[in-house]
Amino acid sequence: MPTRTASVAWGAAFLLLAALSIPWFLWNDSTVVAGFPVWLWWHIGWMVLASIVFAVFTQRGWGVWMGGWSA
Amino acid sequence: MIPSPAATGALQSAVTIQIGIVVAYLLLALGVGLVAYRLTDRTAEDYYLASRTLGTVVLLFTTFATLLSAFTFFAGPNIAYGLGPEWILVMGLMDGIIFGVLWYVVGYKQWLVGREHGYVTLGEMLGDRFGSPVLRATVALVSLFWLFPYVMLQQVGAGGALSALTNGAVPYWAGAGLITVFMIVYVVLSGMRGVAWTDTLQGLFMLTMVWAAFVWVLSAVGGIGAATDAVASTNPGFLSLGDGSASPSLFGGGAYSLPWMLSQAIGIAFGVAMFPQVNQRFFVADSETVLKRTMALWPVVVLLLFVPAFMLGAWAAGLGVPMPESGNILPGLLAEYTPTWFAALVVAGAMAAMMSSSDSMLLSGSSYFTRDLYRPFVNADASERREDLIARVGVAVFATLAFVASLFNPPSLFVIGDTAFGGFAQLAPPVIVALYWSRTTLSGMLAAILGSQLFYMVTTFTPAAGETMTVWGIVVPGVMESFAGWSSSVVGMVVGLVLVVGVSVITDPSVAEQPSVLQGPTDD
Repeated sequence: MPTRTASVAWGAAFLLLAALSIPWFLWNDSTVVAGFPVWLWWHIGWMVLASIVFAVFTQRGWGVWMGGWSA
Repeated sequence: MIPSPAATGALQSAVTIQIGIVVAYLLLALGVGLVAYRLTDRTAEDYYLASRTLGTVVLLFTTFATLLSAFTFFAGPNIAYGLGPEWILVMGLMDGIIFGVLWYVVGYKQWLVGREHGYVTLGEMLGDRFGSPVLRATVALVSLFWLFPYVMLQQVGAGGALSALTNGAVPYWAGAGLITVFMIVYVVLSGMRGVAWTDTLQGLFMLTMVWAAFVWVLSAVGGIGAATDAVASTNPGFLSLGDGSASPSLFGGGAYSLPWMLSQAIGIAFGVAMFPQVNQRFFVADSETVLKRTMALWPVVVLLLFVPAFMLGAWAAGLGVPMPESGNILPGLLAEYTPTWFAALVVAGAMAAMMSSSDSMLLSGSSYFTRDLYRPFVNADASERREDLIARVGVAVFATLAFVASLFNPPSLFVIGDTAFGGFAQLAPPVIVALYWSRTTLSGMLAAILGSQLFYMVTTFTPAAGETMTVWGIVVPGVMESFAGWSSSVVGMVVGLVLVVGVSVITDPSVAEQPSVLQGPTDD
């Protein structure tokens, strides 16, 4: 059974992934590096990071929030 | 001007190649359907859910191809062409992150419950949990209301694409009709297994085509740097993130403002999870491993598909490619920079992609009808074989009706189809609350579903505030459609959430309710 800490931590991790998926701090920035705007490079990196976080979640966190199903 | 014989010959051979590619794809899909048919048991569970045995690659691509195919080739690049490529970020948040999390929060939970109790549809699961055939039918009816016009839109799109591809040699009605017939044949024959296999083929094909187009166009225009420089000189606003305001603001603004981007991402992501053909896929995974791998791969697939597709749309604006008559920029760009056969291959792929969305919707629409309306209300004692038969007939009837509707092009159905994602998103808050909160009551569910649908329909279907519209002699006043920049879809979801929690708190569960259905075997 996953702990309460794990449930909260994974919730926070997912929220963070969603919150910064659009790089608000690069608002109105049009700097281009290697052919792409910087915000597009951020997107590429962020999706790779999300994939890694999801992969770790499926190994370590799978079962959180599932109540009676997770035993 | 009369075209020269050489030009006419070239045009004819291009049309021959294009029709050849389309027919080859249709035959391939039919072949896959026949192989799947031979493996199919004659039961409804096998027909709708391939007996819950889909593996990682097939589940990933069937979900993906089902949902996003036509959008990737047409609507997405068009948005990037018209407004700039920031839609990539909206897609990343929507499909890479939010839907990835919903894959677990809604999908894994439904998979657990469905495996334990043998559910095939969302309505069936909720109807059982709340002991209410009325709730079951409500979920099915609301879903079919939004699904039918959406299927029709796919047929309209495919018929139009085929007609544009062949310069009118195949008229619209014949194109839409041909595709409808092929779809009926292989969906009726092969069910979920055949649909999932053709989707996988389609998804891999789509990914290959998008990257081939990306590389081909870039090498023709002198590389990424040159293409982006062209955008910077013609449409400088495209490369800067946002709507041009100095800083992101929580309220107000148009395209690519903060509320606009978040509304699109949230509204569509939750809508996707409630779309019948996607929601039903939550029941079909072979094992937990399949669900896990699919979740982890999701953001990467989003990245691989949308960055090249949408950047092509943005670059087309920079390169000064005019919007072709068909109203889709990607075929225009390809016609400019790649040989005919390649452009035809991509357009044929896109058209086939619309089919891969429609086939899944037909299958789910039929299952909602047989499982949630026919069985509980018409013939409760239907045998497995009979239900299987009804399901297949249901597919044919659903497809034929949508085809007939598409011939009349009723504008009201267009509006419903275009706003379907928001309509489905309204189902998400009550469903998620029900999945996780055992105090949810039947009254809460009905209030939330009906209340949020009413809210969304009134705000969406009435004219903008301040205007009026006359329907059958009755003057309908305008109601606001966006709330300080936030869409009525997202605001409607909040209304649904408040209703399901609020009404559940003040009402008692009815006697027939069984919270244990969703709680799991070991809950305390």
